[in-house]
Amino acid sequence: MQAVAERVSLLADYDDFAATVADQPSPIADLRREGRERFAALGFPTTRQEAWRKTNVRRIAQGSFRRAPGELHGLSRARLEPFFLPDCAELVFVNGRLAPELSQPRQLPPGVIATSLAEAIAEHPDLVAEHLGRYAPIDQHPFAALNTAFIADGAFVYVPRGTVVETPIHFLFVGTAGEEATVSYPRNLLLAAESSQVTVIESYAGFGGDRYFTCPVTEIVCGANAVVDHYKMQEESIDAFHVAMQQSHQRRSSNLFSHSISHGGALVRNDIRAMLAEEGIDCTLNGLYLARGTQHVDHHMWVDHKAPHCNSYELYKGVLEGSSRAVFNGTIYVHPGAQKTDAKQSNRNLLLSRDALVSSNPQLEIFADDVRCTHGSTTGHLEEEAIFYLRTRGIGEEAAKSLLTFAFAAEVLQEIRLESIKKGLEEFLFTRLPKGDVVRQAV
Amino acid sequence: MRPIEIGSKLYAMLSIKNLKVEVEGKEILQGIDLEVGRGEVHAIMGPNGSGKSTLAQVLAGREEYEVTGGSVIYEGHDLLELPPEERAREGLFLAFQYPVEIPGVSNTYFLKAALNAIRKHRGEKEIDAVDFLKLVREKMKLVKMDESLLNRPVNDGFSGGEKKRNEIFHMAVLDPKLAVLDETDSGLDIDALRIVADGVNAMRSPERAFIVITHYQRLLTYIVPDVVHVMVGGRIVRSGGKELALELEEKGYAWLEQTVTGAAAAVGA
Amino acid sequence: MTTSTETIERLASQEYKFGFVTEVEQETIPPGLSEDVIRLISAKKNEPEWMLDWRLEAYRGWLKMSEPTWANIHYEPIDYQAITYYAAPKSAADGPKSLDEVDPELLRTYEKLGIPLREQEMLAGVAVDAVFDSVSVATTFKAKLAELGIIFCSMSEAIQNHPELVRKYLGMVVPRRDNFFAALNSAVFSDGSFVYVPKGVRCPMELSTYFRINAMNTGQFERTLIVADEGSYVIYLEGCTAPMRDEHQLHAAVVELVAHDDAQIKYSTVQNWYPGDKDGKGGIYNFVTKRGLCAGRRSKISWTQVETGSAITWKYPSCILRGDGSVGEFYSVALTNNYQQADTGTKMIHVGKNTTSTIVSKGISAGRGQNTYRGQVKIMKNADNARNFSQCDSMLIGDQCGAHTFPYIDVQNPTARMEHEASTSKIGEDQIFYCNSRGIDTEDAVSMIVNGFCKEVFRELPMEFAVEAQKLLEVSLEGSVG
Repeated sequence: MQAVAERVSLLADYDDFAATVADQPSPIADLRREGRERFAALGFPTTRQEAWRKTNVRRIAQGSFRRAPGELHGLSRARLEPFFLPDCAELVFVNGRLAPELSQPRQLPPGVIATSLAEAIAEHPDLVAEHLGRYAPIDQHPFAALNTAFIADGAFVYVPRGTVVETPIHFLFVGTAGEEATVSYPRNLLLAAESSQVTVIESYAGFGGDRYFTCPVTEIVCGANAVVDHYKMQEESIDAFHVAMQQSHQRRSSNLFSHSISHGGALVRNDIRAMLAEEGIDCTLNGLYLARGTQHVDHHMWVDHKAPHCNSYELYKGVLEGSSRAVFNGTIYVHPGAQKTDAKQSNRNLLLSRDALVSSNPQLEIFADDVRCTHGSTTGHLEEEAIFYLRTRGIGEEAAKSLLTFAFAAEVLQEIRLESIKKGLEEFLFTRLPKGDVVRQAV
Repeated sequence: MRPIEIGSKLYAMLSIKNLKVEVEGKEILQGIDLEVGRGEVHAIMGPNGSGKSTLAQVLAGREEYEVTGGSVIYEGHDLLELPPEERAREGLFLAFQYPVEIPGVSNTYFLKAALNAIRKHRGEKEIDAVDFLKLVREKMKLVKMDESLLNRPVNDGFSGGEKKRNEIFHMAVLDPKLAVLDETDSGLDIDALRIVADGVNAMRSPERAFIVITHYQRLLTYIVPDVVHVMVGGRIVRSGGKELALELEEKGYAWLEQTVTGAAAAVGA
Repeated sequence: MTTSTETIERLASQEYKFGFVTEVEQETIPPGLSEDVIRLISAKKNEPEWMLDWRLEAYRGWLKMSEPTWANIHYEPIDYQAITYYAAPKSAADGPKSLDEVDPELLRTYEKLGIPLREQEMLAGVAVDAVFDSVSVATTFKAKLAELGIIFCSMSEAIQNHPELVRKYLGMVVPRRDNFFAALNSAVFSDGSFVYVPKGVRCPMELSTYFRINAMNTGQFERTLIVADEGSYVIYLEGCTAPMRDEHQLHAAVVELVAHDDAQIKYSTVQNWYPGDKDGKGGIYNFVTKRGLCAGRRSKISWTQVETGSAITWKYPSCILRGDGSVGEFYSVALTNNYQQADTGTKMIHVGKNTTSTIVSKGISAGRGQNTYRGQVKIMKNADNARNFSQCDSMLIGDQCGAHTFPYIDVQNPTARMEHEASTSKIGEDQIFYCNSRGIDTEDAVSMIVNGFCKEVFRELPMEFAVEAQKLLEVSLEGSVG
């Protein structure tokens, strides 16, 4: 009866949790109930399930995690400084709860809402109820169901029709833990109405050694002709678990650029799903994952082409060191009638050690006859010839490797339109690479 | 403001009368009347499924659409009698809502073939390589297009924004008399929208007319039209000056749809 | 001598002075296949004992095999006992006396392809009196090759004159029992070409002009073997863009290529056998086994094919990349119109380290044509750093045709780099309308679109061949659009 015990550990204090949100409107309560029931039925996934074949969540299933909403553990803005981004409206959440004292809002155009989900539920219940839980599927996704069971707080953005928001909106989720491991379930809802334009960043951060589990679900809705730039930065504590789902839903002629950068966490799983629901959509999903030591990072992509004349582009690159593991599983699903689909998917992995391992599995399912789908997957080490070439130009071997690794990652960075994120990532790479200083001077 | 003479015989470059069009047995255009004079910019707005794109495709000569009634006179020609390439050679240009990719055929080669076909029709000599390159370079600046797009296959691997800009670039090179822009603004971010609008505005002249089809009022703050038409359920239900667009923005299509019996059904989700 | 076939024979005999061809009696073995028939074939060809044994062994294997059914093609069962396995070259006396008697439809095609009159006559099987201009060409050609030590002759001659090479290589890449059709071919093969390029020799010309003539009599069970020794280089062109008059319905050819260290073989085919009429009557069944072995380090084998003919094409030119750093390439355009069916593709088997393969397949289906790409890329356990790039594009013209893609990928080594692109598109609507709306007429638009689509493959063909291939596609597609 181990499976039942596992479920109980996370649902143990569910009634206490439910009491804290008892005053909320019934659609949200219904949604939670549905999530709880679904998770109870599904249980934690095992490696016998196709979608989890290469990722074992035993450490989460058998672990014991305590909800600790808002426990600051001595956090201050100064300590969070490394995670902030310049010129953004900044909302900070600690263990899944908004921490106003750490946040720094900014003036946004009239009608724009950038706040916590908890506040949105209180202030705009109808808007929330209309969209929350309408997109992210929980039927086959235990962790999305688990998150849904614990909906309480998270990021909320609404941009009204025709509004262009110049200021990026940054949601920073910090995980903290004392002796006992903690868990949080950020629930994020990003709504961009017709012809609007906005940039949103979700960051997940923590401090070395803290053991906690973050289980977020993000729903992004792009209204007709809207342009949404979205970044997810995963820089959790090296001992943290991070299992996330992102589901975007796009309407006619909208543009979504969603980037996922992942380098923290002991065990990371991202389900990134895109629904191209109406015609004329562009959807870009890019990602960069870096892993070392015994880190395990898994990306499961699913792109639904439901309507004609839509384009999707996926570029995911991984750099692996030590005995780290990466999993990439990408499905492009072209529904009947989605003619003139143009879907591209590319996954490239660079192994910097003999013991690192990648499993890459691109899949196409096409039920239309006038489409173009391409997918590619590569896994390899640095090219000896390229290293040699650089050495003949006087660059030391270690520096040559750093330079080539940087060049490999740079392809994803180049696509990033938000300068502060791009610069920040470059800086991060300079610090991380053994001869980063040489690279900094070279590029 | 210049007085608008809607329907003036004196100015009419394009005259559409009671145009009815069916697709697979379903009547999409239910009697369109529209007159466009030289130098005018007409905007056609309307909700999804109102027939805007059908009108554009019919004007360019798409065969899947069956014209069941009415007439279209363009520059003294019975437009409906001409095959699509003849229409293009007579100076009609359609900027596609979804520009088509032609792998393996370079943008330059394609455009040169098109330009020469049009020149031949006008009785002009084929353009030589040097002059062509000069022309192309000049027009590229208009839409701030990267020169690398010239040698890439037509629209192949272009981003959504690049495709739309490429359409305006084609228009600039082919120098049409009447340009129909079918949702050229859809899917563009604000910067790309400005570039496209600047390109169009630079080409406005007393000799050239535009029909700008759009879904979103936003475009019309950048390309200011002389006349705005609203299409609902396959009919033009209202025409007016540019203020009409603002009124629509405020009130939405609903207030017009209500005035058209049965038209509400044509509005998609 | 008054017949074209005889002219060719004379040409061949003059050239080689081996006289074997002329010894062929004007007779035909009755239809049917048995060990006796094979003995008879071997005897007529005056073959050594080992060759007969080889054939018989193949035949015994064939008897135990059954016809493959996995391909995506449909045809009436073939009665193997109704086929004539040995026929002396057909007397042209039965053929047309002049071009006036030839089907005008065929002539129209020749004209469009720009085929010289002389060659038209030859292809149409008209009796030709004159000595070919090619004779002198072929003679100088032959002298030049001999100077370099290159052996280029018919398979029959090779068996007589270079038995050590034939015994060493025949069946090395395509074993006798490799598959049903290869076994059949091994038992009864009629003739074909044999090429041996010695160490370090770069063949100074494309082996083609000569072959065009030679090919006339290779018959329905052609057997070709090309060996490129260390550091050598050879380009081989097979086929002809003009549709050939041919009485045989079943063609089961085998082509084997062997490339040693640093050797390169480039094999290009234009296949335009009779495809059957507009209603799908008649036409050649083309069941071909083509395989290359990159035996040596850094060796390279490149297949390029333009397949527009035959009622049925079943063909997978493949590469076994055994040598470290070896390279395999496959570039293909397959066109099916009317009732044609094609199931074609390639196999790239990566055995050695740092091996690279490239697959570019362009399928065009028009009318009621069915076009299947079937490819396999296999990365074996020890093939470190293997790379493959595959691109499979299908184009549909009209809505009664079909395109099917079956890419099989089997990776047993984690360092492999695999890239795969696939597309299916329709022309006839959007692309043509787009061109029209820019002032370009439909005929130019189709030719522009189809050639653009095939560009990556045509680029691999020698210039002259590429131009012919382009024209061939235009002719083959005539009337399917618009």
